[in-house]
Amino acid sequence: MSEKAISLHYEIDGNNFTVAGQASSSIKKVLKQLGVAPEVIRKVAISMYEGEINTIIHGKGGVADVTISSESIIIVFKDNGPGIPDIEKAMQSGFSTASDEARELGFGAGMGLPNMKKYSDNMTIESEVGKGTTVTLTVNLQ
Amino acid sequence: MKLKQVSEILHAKVLTKSPWEDNEIQSACGCDLMSDVLAFVKNQAMLLTGLVNPQVIRTAEMMDIKTIVFVRGKMPQAGVLELAEDMGITVMSTEYPMYIACGELYKNGLGGRGE
Ligand SMILES: Nc1ncnc2c1ncn2[C@@H]1O[C@H](COP(=O)(O)OP(=O)(O)OP(=O)(O)O)[C@@H](O)[C@H]1O
Ligand SMILES: [Mg+2]
Repeated sequence: MSEKAISLHYEIDGNNFTVAGQASSSIKKVLKQLGVAPEVIRKVAISMYEGEINTIIHGKGGVADVTISSESIIIVFKDNGPGIPDIEKAMQSGFSTASDEARELGFGAGMGLPNMKKYSDNMTIESEVGKGTTVTLTVNLQ
Repeated sequence: MKLKQVSEILHAKVLTKSPWEDNEIQSACGCDLMSDVLAFVKNQAMLLTGLVNPQVIRTAEMMDIKTIVFVRGKMPQAGVLELAEDMGITVMSTEYPMYIACGELYKNGLGGRGE
């Protein structure tokens, strides 16, 4: 891989569920083309897809910025949704405030954030109620 | 197990167009929770599910799942199969409900854990 970092920006539509996952799909393809190791791609795919879905079903849409360098892949999700009142609680497996609509699509198990933590090498959440949420995921390339 | 045998055991109809008979799976998972699929499914597994929305295909794509079985005769809306084709995913549909579909496959030697 070249030394220069690659930056990619995605708009995540909060109202169109049928395109949910497109950003993650696109990143997965890019990483494959770059020859990134399958285990790393898997970690990125799982954690990014969970994050993208959260940005839609909880954050009401937002943006994703992905930076791919020779050391790591950094994914930042930013939304202007309702925010998370209690991040510690939100991190617990099984905790979910997902809508019925999201549940009908197979989400709302309260497993997304725990999965993201498990499959990334670092995860930070910044959130303010009424303002929005920023989630940063880092997956190391080594 | 070859997909041809899967389709026979489940009396399933294949909904996608690409070649599939000789594709092979190592294990299967019956699940309607996409986060569970994302958390626990091993490579080369087949997914049986009662959900038929595009997120099932996307979830499979993320996990490199190449085969999906819709149980209880469910049929997806237009676009879902196209997405599957694009991703090289084979989709079939069986009339069996989840419990029976999984039971039949298990009885015929398909395990739940990919080695
Ligand atoms: N971007 C966000 N904005 C607001 N709330 C959020 C956001 N992301 C997560 N949350 C809150 O944290 C909870 C837990 O999130 P998590 O991803 O673990 O589970 P889930 O999305 O509810 O279900 P699953 O991910 O299993 O489909 C959510 O139900 C929601 O209350
Ligand atoms: Mg989630």
